[in-house]
Amino acid sequence: MTTLLDLPGDPTLERRRAVQEAAASSLRRRKLGSAVALGVCWVFLGIAIVPLVGVVAYVVAKGLPAWSVDFFTKSTVPEGIPGGGVWNAIVGTAVITTVAIVVTVPFGLLVGLFLAESDGRVAASLRFTADVMTGVPSITVGIFGYIAIVRNFGNSGFAGAFAIGFIMLPVIVRAGETAFRGVPTSLNEAALALGARKVTIARKVVVPTALPGVITGVLLAVARGLGETAPLLLTIGGNQYLQWNPTKQMEALPTFIYSSSSQPYADQVQLAWGAALLLMVVVLVLSIGSRLFAARLRKERR
Amino acid sequence: MTDAVTVTPGAENAATVRADEAAGLNPVAAVVMTLADVAVAFDGRTAVRDVTFDVHAGEVTSLIGPSGSGKTTLLRALNRMHDTVRTAAVTGTVRLGDLDVYAPSTDPTLLRSRVGMVFQRPNPFPTMSIYENAVAGLKFNGIRKKALLDEAAESALVAAALWDSVKDRMSAHASTLSGGEQQRLCIARALAVEPEVLLMDEPTSALDPIATKRIEELVVELKDRVTIIIVTHNMQQAMRVSDRCAFLLMGEDKAGELIEYGPTAQLFSEPTDPRTLDYVNGRFG
Repeated sequence: MTTLLDLPGDPTLERRRAVQEAAASSLRRRKLGSAVALGVCWVFLGIAIVPLVGVVAYVVAKGLPAWSVDFFTKSTVPEGIPGGGVWNAIVGTAVITTVAIVVTVPFGLLVGLFLAESDGRVAASLRFTADVMTGVPSITVGIFGYIAIVRNFGNSGFAGAFAIGFIMLPVIVRAGETAFRGVPTSLNEAALALGARKVTIARKVVVPTALPGVITGVLLAVARGLGETAPLLLTIGGNQYLQWNPTKQMEALPTFIYSSSSQPYADQVQLAWGAALLLMVVVLVLSIGSRLFAARLRKERR
Repeated sequence: MTDAVTVTPGAENAATVRADEAAGLNPVAAVVMTLADVAVAFDGRTAVRDVTFDVHAGEVTSLIGPSGSGKTTLLRALNRMHDTVRTAAVTGTVRLGDLDVYAPSTDPTLLRSRVGMVFQRPNPFPTMSIYENAVAGLKFNGIRKKALLDEAAESALVAAALWDSVKDRMSAHASTLSGGEQQRLCIARALAVEPEVLLMDEPTSALDPIATKRIEELVVELKDRVTIIIVTHNMQQAMRVSDRCAFLLMGEDKAGELIEYGPTAQLFSEPTDPRTLDYVNGRFG
């Protein structure tokens, strides 16, 4: 290693030489350490991927043979009789989720907006409640739905939507809050300085700017709600027949998987695998779709 | 060693030598870094190109130009900071002494221990004390000897004009310092490694005028110890601290280009390019 203006006795240059020698001589050791650490990361990554890929591959392998035209268009047949499909469960899940979305998304986003714009005691306790709600076991939500709705009005799609809404609500609230908080204060101030009122700022500046984050959050909440089983088990009652009316008992994909997978009939178990695959695909499409959509929206704005 | 870098001043050009002499600069000052046709592209889009100039030892070279002219992008190409950006591609030649910076055999970590950097915002490591920050680079490079660490820390902190105010609280967290002090700690941290070249990316843009003045004084004082290349959007700052100056400007295709390079005094008083004249006279930018 050669350095410039090399005069002996200059402490700066001596230190420079010491540093460069130390750096050069430790380079091999440091590169080796780096390679080892990176290797360990790769190994653990591999270990982490095995169960993930394994579950997906297994469900695809088991579920894909169950997919047929009948699977998507026919309702369940009584146990032991071959054939039938899961159309009734698809309709049930679609109706229940739609009802839950229609109620919780506006409600949850308004609460999220409030949390983002306010730092008072009310907001703090609301935020805490939302966090606790995220952690509540879903069976507890199911029991709550059972006691509050089913005991008074009987099993129904609405009762299921109520319970699923409870699962989705805190997710939407916190996702909304994060998205709204992500809007730079400078934009807020720019609007304030133009004489805008708070409502106008929220409508014209905050909400449009936060939209990509909001949409991602909502779709993730929907994906979460789609797969919940326990709240539905205690509330929707199940139904072998096609039922569009949410005031009546309904079937749903997660509960169908739960009840059919424990049946002694191979056909029924096969349908459960197919339903599991369908649910997985829908959740996957929602997750990927929300990301792509948000990414595109962000790109367009630049 | 005595076989110092081949001296290649612009001596082959008599006009350049005369200009250097007129500006009070040593025309045969050793060249530390040479840039030849340097260009940086992100994702295939050129951000800065056609940059060719020599950086002379013991001088401060400033990079000036309006926003988007590629000053910072160019600076970061000099110690391979773009290596961490997957889409970035640097072409042309950058040499540090006789070392080809972008040669496959050149180790970027070793290079960066010879070409240090100070950033726009003070960024001391928040979990480390003042002392630990000052010797962080030495430890990263494998130096463990306490005596050497202590000596280097003191020398660097003295050079960064911070020693007197921190010598009694070396174990305090770096976050207890003011913004200007934090930036001087970052300069000390870079100096402790004893780099041959120090890159400074608008080091005063996050500081108030008084802290800025102290950093500027520091830059001038540090010339004897380390060759400095400084990016600044402030023309007065470039005039105050730099010996030579490179003026960059965004071309029609949005890529920055080197318009003019020369002794600072000459570039500001009688530039050869009309665009430089307009810029230094504040007609745009």
